[in-house]
Amino acid sequence: MSLGYVYSEFEVVRDIQKCINCHICEKECANEVHSFSSKHKIMLADDTKCVNCHRCVEKCPVRALKIVKTNHAFRENGNWNENLIKQIFKQSQEGGVLLSSMGNPNKEPIYWDKILLNASQVTNPPIDPLREPMETKVFLGKKTDKIERDENNNIINNLSAGIELNTPIMFSAMSYGSVSYNTHMCLAKSAKELGICYNTGEGGLHKDLYEYGKNTIVQVASGRFGVHKDYLNAGVAIEIKMGQGAKPGIGGHLPGNKIVEDVSKTRMIPKGADAISPAPHHDIYSIEDLRQLIYSLKEATDYKKPILVKVAAVHNISAIASGIARSGADIIVIDGYRGGTGAAPTMIRDNVGIPIELALASVDQRLRDEGIRHKVSLVVGGSIRSSADVVKAIALGADAVYIGTAALLALGCHLCRSCQTGKCNWGIATQQPDLVKRLDTEIGTQRLINLINAWTHEIKEMMGGMGINSIEALKGNRLMLRGIGLNDRELSILGIKHAGE
Amino acid sequence: MKIDALELNFHQLNNKIKECQDEKIKIVNCCGHRYLASGSSSKIIEIEGVPGNALGCYLDGSEIFVNNNVQDATGDTMNDGGIYIYGMAGDATGYAMRGGEILIHGDIGYRAGIHMKEYQDKKPVIVVGGTAGSFLGEYQAGGIIVVLGLNCENKIPVGNFCGVGMHGGKIFLRSDVRPKNLSDKVVCKIADEGDLNDIKDIINKFCNIFNESYEQVMSKSFYVITPNSNSPYKQLYTMN
Ligand code: SF4
Ligand code: SF4
Repeated sequence: MSLGYVYSEFEVVRDIQKCINCHICEKECANEVHSFSSKHKIMLADDTKCVNCHRCVEKCPVRALKIVKTNHAFRENGNWNENLIKQIFKQSQEGGVLLSSMGNPNKEPIYWDKILLNASQVTNPPIDPLREPMETKVFLGKKTDKIERDENNNIINNLSAGIELNTPIMFSAMSYGSVSYNTHMCLAKSAKELGICYNTGEGGLHKDLYEYGKNTIVQVASGRFGVHKDYLNAGVAIEIKMGQGAKPGIGGHLPGNKIVEDVSKTRMIPKGADAISPAPHHDIYSIEDLRQLIYSLKEATDYKKPILVKVAAVHNISAIASGIARSGADIIVIDGYRGGTGAAPTMIRDNVGIPIELALASVDQRLRDEGIRHKVSLVVGGSIRSSADVVKAIALGADAVYIGTAALLALGCHLCRSCQTGKCNWGIATQQPDLVKRLDTEIGTQRLINLINAWTHEIKEMMGGMGINSIEALKGNRLMLRGIGLNDRELSILGIKHAGE
Repeated sequence: MKIDALELNFHQLNNKIKECQDEKIKIVNCCGHRYLASGSSSKIIEIEGVPGNALGCYLDGSEIFVNNNVQDATGDTMNDGGIYIYGMAGDATGYAMRGGEILIHGDIGYRAGIHMKEYQDKKPVIVVGGTAGSFLGEYQAGGIIVVLGLNCENKIPVGNFCGVGMHGGKIFLRSDVRPKNLSDKVVCKIADEGDLNDIKDIINKFCNIFNESYEQVMSKSFYVITPNSNSPYKQLYTMN
């Protein structure tokens, strides 16, 4: 019986006239798609294994390869699309929970694309960033209630510990284990060069990366992997991970085969043992409990590190954020439901959580209404895809953004969405040494620097166009935004007017 | 050095502990002060009274003796050292601890030893003289948890769902009665001589500290619970 067979999604097209049988594609594809037929003296391809990552396409010296989406057709209908049918086939064959990676690929509304920016015309002049200074520096952390002065009338610095960023963009949490050593190295080095931060994720911090501490946010998650005193003191800030946009309410599970020697040292668990992060922190069932973890971390680090609390954007996010703001956290991170991941159950990734745009707007409004917006900074992620998304997020009320997928794309990720297999052909989401070394850390670092510099320049241009010369003046400036094709309810949640109003 | 905690809040008390150069510190009138000795290394701290939540969180080598009860989350993410409690302990004791030991003369609450793990030469141990609440050793990934049930003969000394999600380490229960409703991902058997060798030293230490009779403790049989694989959830997924 061949019920388990599903026709491949992609077809490898080889121009036999160009192919010189060099076997490079065979070596480059960790999914073992390509092979040589000694009988027919040609290269063959097993399409069923291809994930369309373009590695072989880019490495083929004679440009003989391309990958096409198959035109093999399912008898789809409005209710049952190809994906749903295939999922049923797979699950009835294997009986497992569907596991996917990267962000929700479905065509959900993306509010960033339905928000337009303003520009100055006639009545107030735009600013040219090439000619005039533009401030993109931001400080994350609690702001004080009032200014205090000493007897000589000098301002007393009563600010609690915070994070200084040259531009309002950080690299979001990706653990060593889910991504490779080289990936972490690129993130750390470029963050240092750019004056921003990267985030260790919940997998601990490799000893080689302690030197990038000033640009590191260390994460504490429910599994507490690699968490010890030196680790807590290693970075500029500590992030408590309560949830993640791609899998709200779900823990993490790094299978034992990914816990190779080095990953085991960093996570401080035995090699080959499963790394399970429980869904909840079992010591946190309330805001009071969260406060306890925050203060235990502050005590352990002498109040020198601001504490970020990361939550997924879910239905009651504004009430949750209000609680977090009162719990002693310095920065709230909200991760939207389109955020990426190294592995998440498909159903959770695609069906749980809410869009970041709506979550951000309602949290910012709620904290303002309650008069506690200054007590915390807001960082959003999941998913920020361009500098325009950054500008819109800041105008909706964010202090800074996190980018994950965009950073990986800069490193060579082709969004093939097969990170969960651990065979990333681009050396990113893998621990296989032969694959990891494909990511050149110097080139990768430079590409990240290029990306963030380019975005920063674009941010300056967009701000300049609006006649704004600092991020501070853009923050929460919703008058700079207009909706397009949004209904009244959506506009009122976003707190913006419709284009033309 | 002796510190009177009566007029101090937790932050002030913690600062005093951090600033103190003496190796030995005695705290009196402790009453609900949280996070005591967090991340502390190379000190011996004696506490009179009841410390608050998260006593010895991230502890890194110090020894803490408490002459009374302790509250929740004692030894959270502890890395090294020892916590010795003459009374009882609350919930989530030893959460995610990676090294060192926590010995409790009395009972402990729910969710003790959750996600305890071991690493290289570090092998954390929790010994409970009395009984433990439900969810003992949930997600346990390493280390040893021992429940002696000294005050509850002829009864199971743990609550429900002991060792659910366990994927490493061992749980010893001193009991004539087999624990009920265990997950199918763990194996439970009567401990043999080899198993008991793992806990003889620590039980000796427990008996010395809390003045119990080693012979009497060891006179009863123990059940030992271990995961039936270190990757029990491997088969759960279908790549999509
Ligand atoms: S998986 Fe990637 S490398 Fe392999 S055949 Fe497909 S596109 Fe080429
Ligand atoms: S990180 Fe690698 S495996 Fe994951 S989507 Fe990108 S290219 Fe594919």
